[in-house]
Amino acid sequence: MPRLNSYRELEHLRERLREQRQSITTTMMVCGGTGCRTSNSQAVIDAFRNELSSQGLDDSVRLCVTGCHGFCEQGPVVIIEPGNTFYCHVSPEDAFEIVYQTVVKGELIERLLYEDPVSGERFRTEAEIPFYKAQERRILSQNRMVDPCSIEDYIVAGGYTALPRVLNGVAPEEIINEIKASGLRGRGGGGFPTGRKWDECLGAPGDEKYVICNADEGDPGAYMDRCVLEGNPHLVLEGMMIGARAIGAGKGYVYVRNEYPLAVKHSRIAVEQARELGLLGDNILGSPFSFEVDIARGGGAFVCGESTALMASIEGKVGEPHPKDVHTVVDGLYHQPTTLNNVETWANVPSIILNGSSWFNSKGTKGSKGTKILALTGRIKNTGLVEVAMGTSIREVVFDIGGGAANSNPIKAVQTGGPSGGCLPLDKFDLAVDFDVLAEAGSMVGSGGMVVMDEETCMVDVAKYFLEFLQDESCGKCLPCRVGIDRMLEIITDITEGRGRMEQLDLLEELADTVSQTALCGLGKTAPNPVLSTLRYFRPEYEAHIKEKKCPAGVCKALITYWIDPEKCNGCGVCIRGCAHGAITGEKKQVHVIDDQLCQKCGICRSECKFDAIQVT
Amino acid sequence: MTPQALDQILEGRRSQPNQLIEVLQDIQENFGYIPREAIKSVSQELGVPLIEVYRVASFYKAFRLKPSGKNVLTMCTGTACHVRGSDLLLDYAIDQLGIKPGEVTPDGLFSIEHVNCLGACALGPIVAENGSYHKHMTPSKLRKLIETISHQKTEDAHHAQA
Repeated sequence: MPRLNSYRELEHLRERLREQRQSITTTMMVCGGTGCRTSNSQAVIDAFRNELSSQGLDDSVRLCVTGCHGFCEQGPVVIIEPGNTFYCHVSPEDAFEIVYQTVVKGELIERLLYEDPVSGERFRTEAEIPFYKAQERRILSQNRMVDPCSIEDYIVAGGYTALPRVLNGVAPEEIINEIKASGLRGRGGGGFPTGRKWDECLGAPGDEKYVICNADEGDPGAYMDRCVLEGNPHLVLEGMMIGARAIGAGKGYVYVRNEYPLAVKHSRIAVEQARELGLLGDNILGSPFSFEVDIARGGGAFVCGESTALMASIEGKVGEPHPKDVHTVVDGLYHQPTTLNNVETWANVPSIILNGSSWFNSKGTKGSKGTKILALTGRIKNTGLVEVAMGTSIREVVFDIGGGAANSNPIKAVQTGGPSGGCLPLDKFDLAVDFDVLAEAGSMVGSGGMVVMDEETCMVDVAKYFLEFLQDESCGKCLPCRVGIDRMLEIITDITEGRGRMEQLDLLEELADTVSQTALCGLGKTAPNPVLSTLRYFRPEYEAHIKEKKCPAGVCKALITYWIDPEKCNGCGVCIRGCAHGAITGEKKQVHVIDDQLCQKCGICRSECKFDAIQVT
Repeated sequence: MTPQALDQILEGRRSQPNQLIEVLQDIQENFGYIPREAIKSVSQELGVPLIEVYRVASFYKAFRLKPSGKNVLTMCTGTACHVRGSDLLLDYAIDQLGIKPGEVTPDGLFSIEHVNCLGACALGPIVAENGSYHKHMTPSKLRKLIETISHQKTEDAHHAQA
């Protein structure tokens, strides 16, 4: 495609592309996001391609391989327009029927519609499905419109409409004021006001300024940035372009986890396409604004989520943070003023410019405006990516959208904010998804991970899990983090292995307090949060481990016993064959028995048994 | 590792120390690990002290300094996978294969890696086998996966003999 030299040329291209697509009568949107690919969506895509070709429908039906639709648990997901028919758990074998029955004849295939697990009712469109109904999908809904590898799709869907608005005759302050007025706060974890960050960077002296997109989504349990960058990379790029124009940056970086190969690939393609059209490079759309973007791959270090460490990593160095006496907006990448925002923050920018700050902040609470994407996972029925208005209660997210407990075990907690966040008990579920409210309760919105836990989740083990994670990820530069986390982990390990003493709980709290006050960077300062929040809300579980030497959830190996329920065991022998340690004995069709001395508590028998006969106490 | 392949990776990046991580990523992608001699060449070509190249290569989890097994089982230990029992999977793999994360079985068939998050949290626990994701894993499913791979090896050996 030829380079675009003005806004007018961009609009002509948009019109031409829309005209070209007028012959298309049907669009089939197949999810090609990581979740659905895990459920074999590539085979579904290939099957559709063959089917459309063999039925001679190549010209009238458009097969659009999109990014994540959010409802990963139901994948592979296919949506057919017109009609917005939503099919889930689609297999390659369904391709013929879907094309012939639904696309050609316009008839529904009942068995592929979403079935509500409680009522058994089937729904035809996303809008009717409870999982989607309570959401406010401002960013995620755009994923379904575009093939992430096609800049044409993004342009046809109205993309790159916001950028031209800030190119000519608009002062940087005007852009920044709009972002400030919107109340947008950083979606990566910190919740810092975006407009203020930009303003400080604009005012900072420097020859060259930078913008960076943080796509190093290191929070375990969060994957929204992956899906936004994978599914709609041009939206993120457009946000970065607007930010660069506002602060006067000539160069940008997308710092993306190498563990996300699709996000790396799609963002690279997007940059090349934007460059080809002249949306990146010199004198963008004939304006004085010039801007370039490079993709930098992360090396898999959680600490690189910290801004100074991330910038060191882009410079090719070890990702160690340094003290922020001077902020990175003044002294950042290569010691130049740098604005770093995360994927979701950048993705919010184009629509704020396009629809105005008052549109953006029409949703949300006093201190937290707009929407937030949450990764709803764990021991819950409907897992996936969820986008809700700020201020929505945890209860609504977990029960209305998430459908409640995955099985008969009641839900007892939710972990928000990743390793820097905390665990909130059921009686706090009326709290709102709001930066300040969750921080007040000892947790945080963070990047939006929301891991649901039930009676089979041990909260002491969860605290231990995060400490192990942080011990592994601590860069080791400052003592409080390096040694403090080690000592906390020692204590928690003692507790989970039956050597705990009550007075250790006070020491644990004291250590947590010291580490949070004295560590160098965000990783260390927030590291004690999971320990503190579980101690605050789930102290009886700690006490059960220490006083009774019991793990009520049946998780901590040193404190549990595997046994076979004689009422349920039919002596089939599957567990005997599965056990690698020779710990199970029993005659065929007789109740089997586990030898506690030999049992390694590996869990294989439990996962092999089809009769739920293996119990843990 | 051929000098030509390394040359290609270094093309356009020579004497640019800031390209260190990108170069190491490409080396790893091409060769499966960062060979000792590559560290030396990279140090010379980018103008970064040898100790600094080694420091970066050993700091980031993404880099391996030893070759991996033919089948890399990557166990996701993210929070969402953890609360659904991923530690049982990791323990099972360690127990069954007799190796720790980062090691290779003596026959070169398997290695185990654990990763903080594979980003498919809704479908956990996830185990990736040479990059291809397996969802809703259980110790039982993992046993079958390991058995299938081992079985393939035996069959391959038979074919080779025939």
